[in-house]
Amino acid sequence: MIQVRALSKLYGKKPVVEDVTVDIQPRKITSFIGPNGAGKSTLLSMVSRLLDSDTGEVLIDKFDVKKMKSNEFAKKVSILKQSNYMNVRLTIRELVSFGRFPYSKGRLTEEDERIVDQSLDYMHLTEMQDSFLDELSGGQRQRAFIAMVIAQDTEYILLDEPLNNLDMKHSVQIMKILRRLVDELGKTVVIVLHDINFASVYSDRIVAMKDGKVVKDGPTEEIIQSDALKEIYDMDIPIQEIGSCRICVYFSS
Amino acid sequence: MRNSVKLLVLAFIAAGFCAIYLFHELNGSFGYALPKRTIKVLAMVLTGVTIAYATVVFQTITHNKILTPSIMGLDSLYLLLQTLIIFFLGSGHMIMVNKQVNFLISVVVMIVFALLLYKFLFKNGNQPIYFLLLVGIIVGTFFSSISTFFQVLIDPNEFQIVQDRMFASFNNINSDLVWLAIIIVSLVMIYAWRFLKYLDVLSLGRATAINLGVPYDSIVKKMLVIVAVFISISTALVGPITFFGLIVANLSYQFFKTYKHTTLITGAIFMSIIALVGGQWVVERIFTFSTTLSVIINFIGGVYFIYLLLKERKAA
Repeated sequence: MIQVRALSKLYGKKPVVEDVTVDIQPRKITSFIGPNGAGKSTLLSMVSRLLDSDTGEVLIDKFDVKKMKSNEFAKKVSILKQSNYMNVRLTIRELVSFGRFPYSKGRLTEEDERIVDQSLDYMHLTEMQDSFLDELSGGQRQRAFIAMVIAQDTEYILLDEPLNNLDMKHSVQIMKILRRLVDELGKTVVIVLHDINFASVYSDRIVAMKDGKVVKDGPTEEIIQSDALKEIYDMDIPIQEIGSCRICVYFSS
Repeated sequence: MRNSVKLLVLAFIAAGFCAIYLFHELNGSFGYALPKRTIKVLAMVLTGVTIAYATVVFQTITHNKILTPSIMGLDSLYLLLQTLIIFFLGSGHMIMVNKQVNFLISVVVMIVFALLLYKFLFKNGNQPIYFLLLVGIIVGTFFSSISTFFQVLIDPNEFQIVQDRMFASFNNINSDLVWLAIIIVSLVMIYAWRFLKYLDVLSLGRATAINLGVPYDSIVKKMLVIVAVFISISTALVGPITFFGLIVANLSYQFFKTYKHTTLITGAIFMSIIALVGGQWVVERIFTFSTTLSVIINFIGGVYFIYLLLKERKAA
């Protein structure tokens, strides 16, 4: 379990994350939603050590994140950021092989190769594994990066807006894969989302943030309610049930 | 051709050039010319190693393939130091005449300057690396301006000696210094060996590198210190020649097309040995010293730099 305890981050004097305490349940998809500038990405960056927190602590399986060794941490938690600019030209397979770095330090064993094969297969990238990343579409690139994270084989997978710039088809594809990671492989997925309908349809729990604070935290059914959403977004959002999905109709409110 | 084969070919060519330089027209002068030439070859190999290593590492850290470590202002500091010594103490002073003392003072001043710069910049948390580069450019320009100011005031005869220092030269290299530099560089290389594997991951960017368990900030700081040490040593030994690294690093990227730094760095090292030893041979035996190696290097390097800029512009 990931436990965030009274975590704060200031930029200058302005708090971007303020006294956040939240528990992330294992083997579930937890979505972070909220308006722009609510501190969702900052929170995720602090949990994954990309950013130092000013006060408070993050515990992963009861261990303080700051006291863990970089390498041990990388075997437990992986993070994928929105933009992944790179200075080198890599093939998909080379990128995915980097996922094994915490284990093999660049010298891949036979087992590493096998896990890389599996990850490529899982993301349906086996046929195109020798293509270069800069020749791929946005969706394929994103899948390649997720394959790297799968090869990293961590219990916790954190994703910062993985659906950015993706079309509907690829977004659905990625969300389905994340669902499978939780249901089939027992991973814990934490994801920052902007489209609340993806959060509604695919996640088990939702944490809503606003102005650096957690305003709602609970199972998806409890958060996807007109009154709760009003509190988060200051918008009147009617909710329609279509099939088994609860869809927020926010376009004209 | 596989990369290991390419490396072997390069190593062979590099060794060949060293052999030609050492033994061509030696006329049996084993006692006099050979030891002198050996020292020169060692100095060129050492310069090649330090410049190639420092440039590739620096470009990986800054995620930029058209930067050289000279942007941190170490070469300008070296020239300023030499100018000030000659201006205030005169070219006959012990610090100018005694090469060992001059070398040690130059190296210490440059490394201390680099460490102070890093310390100042990394004091409040982790400033982005581009801030370091900007400060480096400004400080470097400042140093050059002061140097020019003093060079204008200086006695014309003394200025000749300053001018000598402005261009890298492999003639008249002190053999004790070469051995000292080789020892320091080898020790640093052994220390840095275990960080080499992290460099591959560093080129994936900060977030990905941290995600993969690389202690990013501490590795970057250590590598920057190593770059400063290497640049200081090669500059104090032969003079400012950092521009040269840009050529060999980029040739190495183009030639090997890999992300593996062990290959990239080794390749760049062999290429710089080929260029330096081969170039020096051409300068000495064909041009018979009518030009200097650094002029040729700056000319070819400048042309290649413009080509790189045009190519990058097309890709963007």
